[in-house]
Amino acid sequence: KYIHIINKADMAASKGLKILVGCKRVIDYAVKVRVKPDRSGVVTEGVKHSMNPFDEIAVEEAVRMKEKKLAGEAVAISVGPPQSQETLRTALAMGIDRAIHVEIPLAQLEKLQPIHVSKLLAKVCESEKPDLVILGKQAIDDDCNQTGQMLAALLDWPQATFASKIEPSQDSKQLRVTREVDGGLETIDVSVPAVVTSDLRLNEPRYATLPNIMKAKKKPLAKMSPDQLGVDLQPRQEVISVEDPPVRKAGAKVESVEDLVGKLREKGLVK
Amino acid sequence: KLQSSISDPMTSPPPQLRSQVIALYKNLLYMGRDYPKGYAYFRDRLKSVFLKNSGVKDPDQIKVLIGRGEFVIKELEALYMLRKYRALKHRYYEKDEATTSATTSSSDKEAPTKTQ
Repeated sequence: KYIHIINKADMAASKGLKILVGCKRVIDYAVKVRVKPDRSGVVTEGVKHSMNPFDEIAVEEAVRMKEKKLAGEAVAISVGPPQSQETLRTALAMGIDRAIHVEIPLAQLEKLQPIHVSKLLAKVCESEKPDLVILGKQAIDDDCNQTGQMLAALLDWPQATFASKIEPSQDSKQLRVTREVDGGLETIDVSVPAVVTSDLRLNEPRYATLPNIMKAKKKPLAKMSPDQLGVDLQPRQEVISVEDPPVRKAGAKVESVEDLVGKLREKGLVK
Repeated sequence: KLQSSISDPMTSPPPQLRSQVIALYKNLLYMGRDYPKGYAYFRDRLKSVFLKNSGVKDPDQIKVLIGRGEFVIKELEALYMLRKYRALKHRYYEKDEATTSATTSSSDKEAPTKTQ
């Protein structure tokens, strides 16, 4: 077991941890994504969107920690367009206590990168002071897998990424996180406050049914702007083009070994 | 629209049952948005099933039907969860491994063979 300790802060065992969960509104996982004809991006107009599946897992984990009395309060945050409020409402319907929406103007939305999001989240952490931030390990639209790691670096907090299990450490002063890594599982102890990113096997998220969605409308949802948080959203990258992956060429069947060798010779793969 | 599709119980089952049935219909309709064969497909079948049973007056029978509807909700939740889990597992994890990989690249997806 690898023990990773930075500072020895006791977990607020009496009140429970305060958890901040990040949610991103992405194109629904089941939608067949289409590239725009001008190759500037993908079609999002009129396309079904939903919460990033790994973020659903993060939300579910926060709610379960509340149910287990490990956590006292769970807050959801989303950085995105006005429609991100629907995503936050889903989080509230799953059991989150209150939500924060950092609204991004449409013009800056397409150029928003994890570096910006992590800076916005870091600013919110300064005022909210959570004990634990749980994010999805990556978003299924950009597959960056950066926001959690960047956030931890900005805050100078320990990070436990690709978590498949979160529990109190043996002395209850830290969190014991099991991580999914190449070649197996790694278990580490991290002190709080910390950033954790969720992997697929952390839990199975509950479905946000209509009655819960309706109840969630009564829960607080605060709005913030990047200007209020003093974060510069200047893009660091420019998208040159977005294209479909190459079409897989059909394979050819051969009748005999001689044919196979002949074909390999044709392609210059065999002398 | 909803009121007209459920016949008015003149020889009345209790009004709570009526509102329960309406709530069940709304909840199922809401879940239909994620149905793999599409919302329209789901909505049409949901509507016809409720219409078919709209003449039922016996409160006990209505409760049985409501129970059946709630069972369908549970089945749909399980379906949606399984579908999503399998899709993500297929996209993000190596095919024949007992343990998992933390690599970030999606596994090779089938490229579209025609542009739409």
